[in-house]
Amino acid sequence: MNDMRIVERDVNANEIKIKGDKVQVFYGENHAIKDVDIEIEDKKVTAFIGPSGCGKSTFLRSLNRMNDTIDGCRVEGTISLDDEDIYDKKVDPVQLRARVGMVFQKPNPFPKSIYDNVAYGPRIHGLASSKAELDAIVEKSLRRGAIWDEVKDRLHDPGTGLSGGQQQRLCIARAVATEPEVLLMDEPCSALDPIATAQVEELIDELRTNYSVVIVTHSMQQAARVSQKTAFFHLGNLVEFNETGEIFTNPKDPRTESYITGRIG
Amino acid sequence: MLVLWFFVLLIALCAVGYVVGRSKASASAGGDLSTLHSLLSYHGWNVALSTFMAGTLAIVLWSFISSFFEGAPTIVGVGIAALAALAVFVLSYGRISRDYRARNFVEGLVKSLLIGASSIAILTTVAIVLSMVFETGRFFTQYPWQDFFFGATWSPNFRGNSDLGMLPLLWGTLYVSFIALLVAVPIGLFAAIYLSEYASSRVRSVAKPMIEVLAGIPTIVYGLFALITVGPMLRDYFAQPLGLGESSSSVMTAGIVMGVMLIPFVSSLSDDIINAVPQAMRDGSLGLGATHSETIRQVVVPAALPGIVGAILLAASRAIGETMIVVMGAGAAARLSMNPFEAMTTVTVKIVSQLTGDTDFASPETLVAFALGITLFVLTLGLNVLALYIVRKYREQYE
Amino acid sequence: MTDATANQPSNSTGKTSLFVEDARTKKRNAAEARFKFYGMLAVATGVIALVLLLISILSQGIPAFSQTFMRVNITLDEQVLDPSGNRDPEEIAKVMTFAYDPIINNSLQSLADELSAEHPEVTASALQGMLSKASKGILRSDVIANPDLIGQTVEYEFLANGRIDGYLKGRVDREIAALDGNVTPEQLDIADTLVEAGKLEKRFNWDFITAPDASELRPEAAGLGVALLGSAYMMLIVFCLALPIGVAASIYLEEFAPKNWVTDIIEVNISNLAAVPSIVFGILGLAIFINYMGLPNSAPIVGGLVLTLMTLPTIIISTRAALKAVPPSIRDAALGVGASKMQAIFHHVLPLAMPGILTGTIIGLAQALGETAPLLLIGMVAFVNNYPESMFDPATALPVQVYNFTQRSDPAFVERASGAIIVLLLFLLCMNLIAIILRRRFERRW
Repeated sequence: MNDMRIVERDVNANEIKIKGDKVQVFYGENHAIKDVDIEIEDKKVTAFIGPSGCGKSTFLRSLNRMNDTIDGCRVEGTISLDDEDIYDKKVDPVQLRARVGMVFQKPNPFPKSIYDNVAYGPRIHGLASSKAELDAIVEKSLRRGAIWDEVKDRLHDPGTGLSGGQQQRLCIARAVATEPEVLLMDEPCSALDPIATAQVEELIDELRTNYSVVIVTHSMQQAARVSQKTAFFHLGNLVEFNETGEIFTNPKDPRTESYITGRIG
Repeated sequence: MLVLWFFVLLIALCAVGYVVGRSKASASAGGDLSTLHSLLSYHGWNVALSTFMAGTLAIVLWSFISSFFEGAPTIVGVGIAALAALAVFVLSYGRISRDYRARNFVEGLVKSLLIGASSIAILTTVAIVLSMVFETGRFFTQYPWQDFFFGATWSPNFRGNSDLGMLPLLWGTLYVSFIALLVAVPIGLFAAIYLSEYASSRVRSVAKPMIEVLAGIPTIVYGLFALITVGPMLRDYFAQPLGLGESSSSVMTAGIVMGVMLIPFVSSLSDDIINAVPQAMRDGSLGLGATHSETIRQVVVPAALPGIVGAILLAASRAIGETMIVVMGAGAAARLSMNPFEAMTTVTVKIVSQLTGDTDFASPETLVAFALGITLFVLTLGLNVLALYIVRKYREQYE
Repeated sequence: MTDATANQPSNSTGKTSLFVEDARTKKRNAAEARFKFYGMLAVATGVIALVLLLISILSQGIPAFSQTFMRVNITLDEQVLDPSGNRDPEEIAKVMTFAYDPIINNSLQSLADELSAEHPEVTASALQGMLSKASKGILRSDVIANPDLIGQTVEYEFLANGRIDGYLKGRVDREIAALDGNVTPEQLDIADTLVEAGKLEKRFNWDFITAPDASELRPEAAGLGVALLGSAYMMLIVFCLALPIGVAASIYLEEFAPKNWVTDIIEVNISNLAAVPSIVFGILGLAIFINYMGLPNSAPIVGGLVLTLMTLPTIIISTRAALKAVPPSIRDAALGVGASKMQAIFHHVLPLAMPGILTGTIIGLAQALGETAPLLLIGMVAFVNNYPESMFDPATALPVQVYNFTQRSDPAFVERASGAIIVLLLFLLCMNLIAIILRRRFERRW
């Protein structure tokens, strides 16, 4: 069976990276995510859209178990990464998060130098055995984050001194440095101005060649611009999940249609 | 006594002023109270407050001025104050009319009272400095300052010719404080980290108040604890078996007990500071696959470091100024030694012993306490200002 | 899917499986566990320190609340006490304390006679040594108060000597007694006999709380009365001065003060004053209130003023926080209906902030109640055994009394010091409970 899948993967571009099966998320008494089934493909950008409070961020955070840090949060059903249940008792969230990186709504560089910000992940995971290797990883990551040219001369300045857009790209570079397979982005552009947003969106499109990217956004235009697949969440339910073009031009569900035409939100 | 009676009469006069002020205002309104600019009670308060403040101000001024003249009789001052009060009474009563803006005037008076109350803080500092500067000056006319600041022997002598070198006291103070911080900083910091980052809300709701109770316990209790429990225990189980000393009061005793006292101080300050580190930073680190402790050690603590340093400085200032624990736990022998199980003494202990002794107040043996006091004040003030500055800068960073 | 997880997980991408913890993760998790353990250890250390402290004080101090009494029938001989027989209190008062010695001795002799048939070791002189040295004085003042008792035989309960008391409390044993000049092992045997005969009894002793201090030689009679009264006077002064001044200063700084360098200086000043060592306030009290203003030494008025200055910063800081917590909308509402700023603050903001202000004040008072060092410098450490009649009379304070007890050589005073601390801690507990109740009851979330 395993062999078969390997063969299948080589030929099939629509390889499934993350699969959610009847996922329920509770915050104490509050049932935040109800019965979500989803298949997220590799090397594609998947966008989660929906009105605020619909659970899209909650679901995103449950994909790398960031929800564990919140008291009283409980996940039922199965979410699997490469067919391994990430909520299995044997799974260490630390190892999981090394493979499923995350970029947050507000740029959150550590109060360290730019270099140390990017080197943080490789250091804790032991990815580099020498200084030269670490330098190489940092440079590669900053290039992937499309910020290398802007910071290469001041790698040892504090990361907090950069502009908002630069900070967010630094955070993306930082997330990329640990060589994740999946990159989760929680409204990465909501704190940025339009120019910085455009830069980050361009970057997301480039990242697709190496990673599976999942992005939560409240901007439908952004979803249309950067994603190949779009999931529409409403009141904790996954209402519709389809090719992005399909969702925006030919929504199946009346709720999706009202949302994208601006009647609910 | 005379002054007390003066105040009784003054208050009575104020009460009369309130009543007559009201009634005159009421009369001036001619039946229609709404024509008055201010409410009736403001007219009453106007007379009462003006009178009271005039009387009080006069008596305070008199006591200040009379302190420069020997033997000025109190009765004169009280008489002057009474006249001033009466004059203001008549004046403010005379001003009452329908259009008189009594409310504005009363509010002005109240505001000046409020300003007076706030200036007490400044006055206290000035009084602290003055009370020590003059006596210290007198001390240095009798004893050379070089010998005080740099002398390595402390042996006060009733008949004079004392050696009053501060170094052994300073050494004892710093040594005790150092041990106290050695106990309090790691325990306090780790307790704060555990309670704010790891503990479930149930554990926190029990353990946090229990640690904070330690802060509410008076220092005399810690002193007794050092004297009757910790001191003998350290002597019997450590100092004597190891051949390090025979004394139950020692730098170690005072240091450990003081460290316990400082635990809640360090932990609650660090707790605030750690909580001020934005959650986004923790998420950022956890999202990269760092463990909780890696996040704390490499992201949270470095981010909170300035604040934590400030907290430690404040704790150090506390330790240096602490009195009862060292009086009861550290001993009275001025000594420059490295052995922590030996009794040593501190600046505060000597302030107490020199000022509660029977020596003549004008002798250098007593006056040295003021010089020690000002040294202590300057030392702690420096630490406090520095710490408050660092903490404030730190908070601004995350606001 | 579930089948796949049940079997050995697939490892198709060349990455390690999530189900296998690699060596590095293992190491990191061990570090994590260690770190967490250090945290728990730190919290536990704090809690254990608290428990140890309380156990040490309680175990040493609880015996102080009970005291050993010896029951003796005293025949008040008219020949000695009132030779003229007219029961004139003035004449009775002329009889000096030492005249009561033979009266007590006679009574002890008859007690010894009564018991010596079975217990030959009981002698009058041994019994005399077992009685508190305060007994004659107590007897005399009782006789002066009730002259009618003269000529009668009255049963008295005198305090037993501190060593005998210590024996009944387990602090003194025969080995110690053999080395002690104040008590002999035989007297301890007699004490056993007396307990059997119902003549010696340990019971709760109110006098520990109400009686004044007693000299070095009579630890059994020493009480906290003067100290409690002195502390009460000082708390009254602190409350009456610090609360209004603190509130006035806070109102000005929070509501009226313009943002300029003067205000800045006041603010920095207040936060610094809060951290000035308390002993410095003692120097201030000594130099300004006693030497400069000429207020009496050891008087609660001076202590009260010093403690007021010391607690002011605490009260100002908490009052300002309470004022700040009242939302600006309340002020705007009052101003909007035409109230002046002063009216808005005194009629609306201040009442709403009152619970917070009172909580802060109580905590400040609790801090002042436990403060010792500055009071030592203004002479409150002196031996005082008369109740102060006003704030200008010499008195001591509860924590200073504790210090005083610890400076005496008789070990019986250690017990009394710990007992005094229990009283102090009970007061602090009550004050903090009141503060907590106030906060719970009136806590408001805007």
